[in-house]
Amino acid sequence: MSSLIETSSTMLFTAFILYLVATFFFGFTIKDKNVERKQSNFAGKLAITLTIIGFIAQLTYFITRWMASGHAPVSNMFEFVTFLGMCLVFAFIIIYFIYKLSILGLFALPIAMLIIAYASMFPTDIAPLVPSLQSHWLQIHVTTVALGQGILFISFVAGLIYLIHGIDQSTRSGRTVALEAVMYTIFLAIGFIIISSVFNAMNYSATFEYRLNGKTETTEYTLPAIAAPYEGTLLTEDVMKPWFETPSWMHGADAGRKFNTVIWSFLTGSVLYGLVRLLFRKRVAAIIQLLLKNIKPDLVDEINYRSVAIGFPVFTLGGLIFAAIWAQIAWGRFWGWDPKEVWALVTWFFYAAYLHLRLSRGWHGEKSAWLAVIGFGIIMFNLIVVNLVLAGLHSYA
Amino acid sequence: MIVIALVASGIGTILPQEQYIPADAISRDPQVFYPETYGIIGKIYLQMGFHNLYSSWWYLIIIALIGVSLVICSIDRFVPLYRALKRQRAKRHASFLSRLRFYSETEVVTDDDIAVVKERLKKQRYKIKEEDGHIVAEKGRFSRWGPYVNHIGLIIILIAALLRTTSFFFIDDYVWVREGELTVVPGTDGEYYIKNEEFILDTYSSEDERFKDALAQENRIIPSNFQTNAVIYKAGESEVIGAEEELVKVDDFEISMNEPAKFGGFTLYQQGYQLNEFSKMTFKVYEMNDPEAEALGEFTIDLFDPETHYELDNGFQIEVAEFYPDYKLSEDGVRSETNNSNNPAFVFKLYSSPESEDFEISFVGDVIGSAKNLGIDPTVVDLQPMGNVVGTFAPSIDATGENQYRILIDSIDFDRKSGLSIKKDRTIPFFMVGAIIFMIGVIQGMYWQHRRIWLHPKENGLLLAGHTNKNWFGLKKDIEKALEGTSIKMVDDQNEDE
Ligand code: HEM
Repeated sequence: MSSLIETSSTMLFTAFILYLVATFFFGFTIKDKNVERKQSNFAGKLAITLTIIGFIAQLTYFITRWMASGHAPVSNMFEFVTFLGMCLVFAFIIIYFIYKLSILGLFALPIAMLIIAYASMFPTDIAPLVPSLQSHWLQIHVTTVALGQGILFISFVAGLIYLIHGIDQSTRSGRTVALEAVMYTIFLAIGFIIISSVFNAMNYSATFEYRLNGKTETTEYTLPAIAAPYEGTLLTEDVMKPWFETPSWMHGADAGRKFNTVIWSFLTGSVLYGLVRLLFRKRVAAIIQLLLKNIKPDLVDEINYRSVAIGFPVFTLGGLIFAAIWAQIAWGRFWGWDPKEVWALVTWFFYAAYLHLRLSRGWHGEKSAWLAVIGFGIIMFNLIVVNLVLAGLHSYA
Repeated sequence: MIVIALVASGIGTILPQEQYIPADAISRDPQVFYPETYGIIGKIYLQMGFHNLYSSWWYLIIIALIGVSLVICSIDRFVPLYRALKRQRAKRHASFLSRLRFYSETEVVTDDDIAVVKERLKKQRYKIKEEDGHIVAEKGRFSRWGPYVNHIGLIIILIAALLRTTSFFFIDDYVWVREGELTVVPGTDGEYYIKNEEFILDTYSSEDERFKDALAQENRIIPSNFQTNAVIYKAGESEVIGAEEELVKVDDFEISMNEPAKFGGFTLYQQGYQLNEFSKMTFKVYEMNDPEAEALGEFTIDLFDPETHYELDNGFQIEVAEFYPDYKLSEDGVRSETNNSNNPAFVFKLYSSPESEDFEISFVGDVIGSAKNLGIDPTVVDLQPMGNVVGTFAPSIDATGENQYRILIDSIDFDRKSGLSIKKDRTIPFFMVGAIIFMIGVIQGMYWQHRRIWLHPKENGLLLAGHTNKNWFGLKKDIEKALEGTSIKMVDDQNEDE
């Protein structure tokens, strides 16, 4: 039993490393005058092979964890988000074999890795299933949704490449600012992961006591407290004293801790971002743009559209139809306007709008790319904000 | 239009909807909850009706308008498209072809080459149509109908959603049944009865190898299953009006989460449970200043059927002056929050003999309140009946300070009751049909594409052009395959040259 769990986490780690190595090889495929075509082809083959082996490793993680827990490992934040990362890789592999575009890998894999790293910030213990979650339909629903989202993420990857390649970086404009904001957000995510891992490795812990709905609760900070819980008192000794209190309008269990984590992510992400800007004296998007000289924007645009076309039906099936079937069996209502459901609907409407807009001429290319980025934003919002901030039936955490 | 619906739906999730107001909130009354918890934003939210957004009239109107425009657009487009595809011509004007995205001109072409290309296109399952040597090869035309098919699905879903607001199509009710209790199932017009034979609650063991880490983190008991073993009866036709109806057993059911019971078009879902509903309380009467003393007498109140008078063996008379099933002391005074027996409290009048005119007043009860005062959190013991842990601590308050006797709680019986929701939903088949049609339409439109290739011979040479509604990459590959080894020039992507 415990050996299965160990195998499982080793496999996940292996997959992560393989994706990392594969990313480097995808980097080598960038056609440079100095690099021979043959060499670049070889790097591409190697990269996709590594990706596939990594995917198989992650699949092994998935299966062994399933065997250990007795239910499909998509039942808490850690498991679901990891699975989402895996779906992104899977979608990438499919699209790669259709379009043979290596540069996609250079972006898709790091994003998949970010997602998996984000997942591992949540408790990784195998959790028991409460009765309402004990349904095969739940598992079918969640896996299909993740697959659909994974495919839709490829459109984000393509959109991002399109924008970085296409936006004129020689002058400052609304578009460069917006794109830079996207880049900065990615840095924040990296910041969150780095700072959490660092303090995790140090086993940092500080406990606070605070009042919630008239009851006294404790909360454990794993990052030094900059913001204490509202009217909270620090119980642990010899740790950093908080600088200020979380404002009272931030509600709910652990609001203080979450707010503190957000502050830390902003700090770390901003420092990182600042360093990169200082080092290169260029916008981040402008740095990456140098790598993307030889891409064909039309092809990237088509991949953007195509992955929505492929992902939309899968998402519809998983996110709306299977979800409704499960809700009908579990609660007798196939639709309940729970925040998570509403945001799935918003996502669905959004991509439907995208498909409609694509039918008119003016929305190809850059506008589509922006839409793909926004679509990704909506899915991420649903995953992070709705799960962690807005309460709902689906909230795992 | 879609955008408005999008924004509106988004607003609805900022704060919880009325039915999702957390059970531990200050108050479940929306008029209190929103302003109290969210301040000014909550007030605006409430006034705009956002707390019931998804059933508000203006939300419904937006949805209905989407439906109407859907129908109009579809008809508007469908007819011309149908005509255009029906009259598909092989011979198109050269200037039409030259404006297509994929286009090439070849100066010298042999008839053999053209024949080869035709053959290859046929092999790729293109349908070929010829007109004076002009050729159009076409495939995946049916995918053009995808959008119309999926919109029909959507329209069916919207109609179903509107039907669902009528009670003929949709019944939704809730019932609590105690163990051993037989009760009518609401919403069935007295047609069905349910008897709760047994309520079962299983929890995860903290010893469980798999989950012990997570359970240690959670630090509370997590149920693994809750289930009601029930028998459903149908009321028989009674001959005499007013006579006791005869119940005919329909079937036994084990109702649990994700395993609803179905009978006669109704479905019963396991929804909730309550393990420590007070059912019976036994009280004993003592001399006031003598804690060691034997009880003078005792009486038991059935909380679901309380009487107004109890006579004790020693001749004492107890009158129930006030009964609060769900006692709550607040700034506005005392009241019973609900009619459920969650925290009973009594005001008794005690007469020391049947003839006596004088009485003493005692207040007894409020076990939950006392527990809280003692620092016991009643929600922590939610899964095991609190039993007598706190029962005897509950005070007997002597308001006058002159009482000779006091009444104490001796024991409490608890009931386990199961909450089941009853649904009858005749719209489900409509939704299913709508969803299936929608999926067929979307797949048809997304996973196939309408590709067309024109070959247009001129006096000297050939024009070649291609068009598709999506997946240009796929069309290009098709053309490449067809042209391989011939002298015909590959099409240029006229978009890329710009
Ligand atoms: C407000 C009402 C709507 C109108 C007026 C409308 C109109 C249209 C039109 C004119 C087309 C293009 C048909 C063609 O010529 O190929 C189309 C395609 C489509 N519509 Fe709608 N539509 C509406 C709502 C929706 C909704 C709510 C959805 C689903 C979420 C939806 C899903 C689709 C899909 C998937 C396509 C196919 C797109 C493609 O083939 O690229 N539509 N719609």
